[in-house]
Amino acid sequence: MSNRLVNNLVPVISVILGLIVGAIVMLVSGYDPILGYAALWNGIFGDAYTVGETLRQITPYILAGLAVAFAFRTGLFNIGVEGQLIVGWFAAAYVGFAFDLPKVIHLPLAILAAAAAGALWGFIPGYLKARFKVHEVIVTIMMNYVALHTTNALIRTVSDGGDKTGVIQPTASLRSDFLENLTDFSRLHYGIIIALAMVLVVWIILEKTTRGFELKAVGLNHYASDYSGMNVNKNIILAMVISGALAGLGGAMEALGTFEYVSVKGGFTGIGFDGIAVALLGANTPLGVIFGATLFGSLKYGALNMPNQAGIPVEIVSIVIAIIIFFVASGYVIRLFLERFSKKKEAK
Amino acid sequence: MSFLEVLYFLVPAAIFYAAPLIITAIGGVFSERSGVVNIGLEGLMVVGAFVGILFNLTFVQVFGAGTEWWALLAAMIAAALFSLLHAVATVSFRADQVVSGVAINLLAIALCLFLVKMIYGKGQTDFVQERFLRFDIPLVEKIPFIGPMFFQNVYGTSILAIVIAILAWVVLYYTPFGLRLRSVGEHPMAADTMGINVSRMRYIAVMISGGLAGIGGAIYSQSISLDFGHSTINGQGFMALAAMIFGKWHPLGAMGAALFFGFAQALSIVGGSLPIIKEVPSVFLLILPYVLTILALAGFIGKANAPKAIGTPYIKGKR
Repeated sequence: MSNRLVNNLVPVISVILGLIVGAIVMLVSGYDPILGYAALWNGIFGDAYTVGETLRQITPYILAGLAVAFAFRTGLFNIGVEGQLIVGWFAAAYVGFAFDLPKVIHLPLAILAAAAAGALWGFIPGYLKARFKVHEVIVTIMMNYVALHTTNALIRTVSDGGDKTGVIQPTASLRSDFLENLTDFSRLHYGIIIALAMVLVVWIILEKTTRGFELKAVGLNHYASDYSGMNVNKNIILAMVISGALAGLGGAMEALGTFEYVSVKGGFTGIGFDGIAVALLGANTPLGVIFGATLFGSLKYGALNMPNQAGIPVEIVSIVIAIIIFFVASGYVIRLFLERFSKKKEAK
Repeated sequence: MSFLEVLYFLVPAAIFYAAPLIITAIGGVFSERSGVVNIGLEGLMVVGAFVGILFNLTFVQVFGAGTEWWALLAAMIAAALFSLLHAVATVSFRADQVVSGVAINLLAIALCLFLVKMIYGKGQTDFVQERFLRFDIPLVEKIPFIGPMFFQNVYGTSILAIVIAILAWVVLYYTPFGLRLRSVGEHPMAADTMGINVSRMRYIAVMISGGLAGIGGAIYSQSISLDFGHSTINGQGFMALAAMIFGKWHPLGAMGAALFFGFAQALSIVGGSLPIIKEVPSVFLLILPYVLTILALAGFIGKANAPKAIGTPYIKGKR
């Protein structure tokens, strides 16, 4: 079996195994897995409205997944996507409701604010990694909590002690009458176009530019990169900044499209952490991220239908997602199995 | 309030909030000293918190007063078994340790909430009747200054935490087992050459970390939150992780760092009734532990050296 085929088979097998484990969990806990998965299916593809909402859910997942994947490709593990997304969400919502500008200026400004906030949140761990050799995983985890508490405090400040900001001006909104009409008044918004455009941008950066080559080279071997005259520290910081900006854009999708405000959060949104799963499943390629985001976004949104239609708690889908990550991460075993399997076939 | 009264009030509260962090952080020390990164501490604490509450609610009629201690035991066993997943993935299946830890966290919270909804039919459990209570330790409580600070109104869990920390220090630094465990984390190939079973040591270390995180979670849920819901263990596990790093992967260091974080938490919760502190916006107290960890890592508070072989699976025969 060719290497490429095996690489593509690992995520597919992981997804199937994850769904099987999910079915077993349902069976053991006394639920009907067929009824459960049917409810999941209807929750994703049931009618125009659910399809619209599913696409809406996929949008931030694409950006979060891209952020993780981009960092991965440059040798960094950005667990801070969650925090970068939260600050981006706040920045976009704040610009959205506090300013009064024509749409051509207001909307791009709000989006840029989100990207800038996310980039700043990515810059800190990037700088610390480059300057002090601090491992980015721990710093980004800590930055997540700093982001959560800081934005909560800021929301209370700008709303005079309330627990959510005002609704953004229509001039900053990504909502679209056209897409809403098309999907039976779901909250589908133009963000999906931005997300797909960013996939293209990231692909171009990584595959077609010198800068992207340098970023990847530094990720693969920073000694070799240093020796060949690349500025390793600059590339590390730049990678985290770009990754953070992508995550911040994910926050803008929630701020300007889905919710049109930002509220005080008791805990994390989970989108950033699911972004890790998306990137892993997509093998850290821009195109793969679209598939990963589509799968996990659909599962997450479709699961909301499971309590109503089948009486099964929504958490079953998070269990399935976690199991899928386990299997993708343990790809070594699946590879081993596939190799044995193909060898046996050849022997026959 | 006089300064002394503030101290008598704050110090026990700090130790009380620190207890789950200390125990979980010590668990982290075991796992990471053996070379396995354990970001899954958060998830393992969630399992412990849930099983603790579940056991407490289910068996309160059987055990009566003291149920909470039996619940600790149950939580320890459950979380140790749960951590086996992390061990299998990272040691045997050579999975990326950070990714596996992330999966542990996702799985733990999803599975526990799933079970809560299945068993109780709602998003969080009822409040437990039996919880950890304060008591005075006879004789020593009469000592001036130290008595009211450390021996009056103490929680059994605070004592447990400190005992575990000292025990862990002795085990890791003064027993053959501890030496082997640390050697596996520093140079697994050398350890393997000396006849130490690297995989087995790592399995044991990860399960110890699971068991301790389970105890930590159950203490938290049975003394602070008193029920279990989606936000019960909101970042406590990551805070413990921070304490472990801040404490430079040393049990007593981790205890010190956890005590400090507990102090910050106590301040942010009870600080509103204290002079001076109530002028400080609570957000600064909330982010203090995290910011301090970042500063500590950046080397402002001394260089922290992680175990050498951390994060890499050991593959026999590979150089």
